Amino acid sequence: MSITKEGKPDKNTSAALNIDQIRRDFPILSEPMRGKPFVYLDNGATSLKPQCVIDEVVRYYSKIGANIHRGVYEFSETASLLYDKARENVARFINAGPDGQIIFTKGATEAVNLLGYGWGYKNITEGDEIVVSELEHHANFVPWQMLAQRKGATLKFIPVDPHDGSIVLDDLDTIITEKTKLVAISAMSNVTGYMPPVGKIIAAAKAVGAVTVVDGAQLVSHHPVDVQELDCDFLVFSSHKMLGPTGVGVLYGKSDILRYMDPFLYGGDMILKVRKDITTFQELPGRFEAGTPNIAGVLGFGRAIEYLEKIGMENIQKHERDLLEYATARADEIPELEVYGSRDLDRRGGIFSFNVAGVHPHDTGAILDQEGIAVRTGFHCAHPLIQILGVPGTTRASFYLYNTRNDIDRLMDGIERVKGVFL
Amino acid sequence: MSLEDDLYKEIILENYKSRKNKARIEQADLQSEGTNPSCGDDVELFIRLEGERIAQITYDGMGCSICCASANLLCEALTGRTIAEAKDIMTHYKGMLLEGEEPDFPEEISDLEAMQGVKNYPVRIKCALLPWNTVANMVSERER
Repeated sequence: MSITKEGKPDKNTSAALNIDQIRRDFPILSEPMRGKPFVYLDNGATSLKPQCVIDEVVRYYSKIGANIHRGVYEFSETASLLYDKARENVARFINAGPDGQIIFTKGATEAVNLLGYGWGYKNITEGDEIVVSELEHHANFVPWQMLAQRKGATLKFIPVDPHDGSIVLDDLDTIITEKTKLVAISAMSNVTGYMPPVGKIIAAAKAVGAVTVVDGAQLVSHHPVDVQELDCDFLVFSSHKMLGPTGVGVLYGKSDILRYMDPFLYGGDMILKVRKDITTFQELPGRFEAGTPNIAGVLGFGRAIEYLEKIGMENIQKHERDLLEYATARADEIPELEVYGSRDLDRRGGIFSFNVAGVHPHDTGAILDQEGIAVRTGFHCAHPLIQILGVPGTTRASFYLYNTRNDIDRLMDGIERVKGVFL
Repeated sequence: MSLEDDLYKEIILENYKSRKNKARIEQADLQSEGTNPSCGDDVELFIRLEGERIAQITYDGMGCSICCASANLLCEALTGRTIAEAKDIMTHYKGMLLEGEEPDFPEEISDLEAMQGVKNYPVRIKCALLPWNTVANMVSERER
């Protein structure tokens, strides 16, 4: 699709998607914000929910209600079946295959912590090395930093180019070495949308026998992902960033490794037998799901995946690419705009991070809010990267399937107002 | 009320752009840093005391217009005051933003009233309070 500001008539269509039809599925999009038509550009933080997902959550509470894996009655059986079906949906969505497991957590953050405690405490010892990149979200950073500190291991970093936030692989063979036990890397930066060459990093980790963890919180919600092709040992992501309810996350892992890990949380449902002196645990994945899970959330998430599959992740990826190209072209018309992230758009997802020169992002965000435009401002839970970029935070517009070129035009109009107040 | 009436009025923008009190005091008697982790405001406050009197107070750091304007107004308001007077002004300022109290500052520091509109924007209140809370912490630390 051509990048032209004059392309108004086909603004709400896309090579890939019927946006008008999609937008009707999201009730919040017709709620005004600050009295203006709502422009939601904070999908990196969380996504909006389509009516079918909302209906599924309501259906669970109004028609099913029962707990899973416990009752002998019909409604409990229904709940258990639907819960398991949601798990199958997730497995199919990322092509987990027969050797992979899907474990539901309360979020991607809990999934990383599960690995830190369940795998890390058992396998990391003094002198070992853990490798992360400098662009990680705190969720894929702090758990590893804490693990390293408590175990006397060393945390090493794959560096970031301060000019555009991309990863520098030049010294990878001195960073990932025989001492490396675990490599944790994000598949898409939540600050710049940059997508590191995860395949190369996984290959380097495998060559030294290190376990690999991929943070897919941004990638899985926007691009097709095949974990068998990716060949990582673990992948974490969250429901709420991909049209599902909050409070549900996923840990994908290879059974061969999960089987030898300690449970993270102990309690009901994850046990096989409990005696006064000993407890044995469920098989995978049950041993990692202690207590009553977020059943309504998981059912809603299962529905969200069906919705995404119907639209097609390739189509969503293409649509966001179109929006990114359009935003980049429009931004080039505004000299006061500083845009962060690789100029190679093939290495970028639908995240557009910027500042209006000299204006603090919080002020930019406040003025955009008055225009009915939702963006995220600040450090984006990635302090190390923000420090490397040397900025006082950024303003981040992040796209999804329901966004339009009109949303970006509104953003650019809002930026003009920011300039009017501050410059 | 529009955003320009409440948040981005002239007094606030002037204080934001003013660099008058933006400096570090090398051998400060009191010094402390305050951070809003979510939005990125990060200010450091410095106080040089002469007895019980604040001889000089400055700030440094990065923050949004509301935070920086608030820091500059704070320095203007507290320079030359005794610690006891400063505490009184701080209580008054917090009351204006948090309790909706009508401001009644002495004439020479009535510019502080410009910050009153911030109370209509709950997420910005913490920006407006950050420098003040930082000074309050320094003062109570000193009294421990």
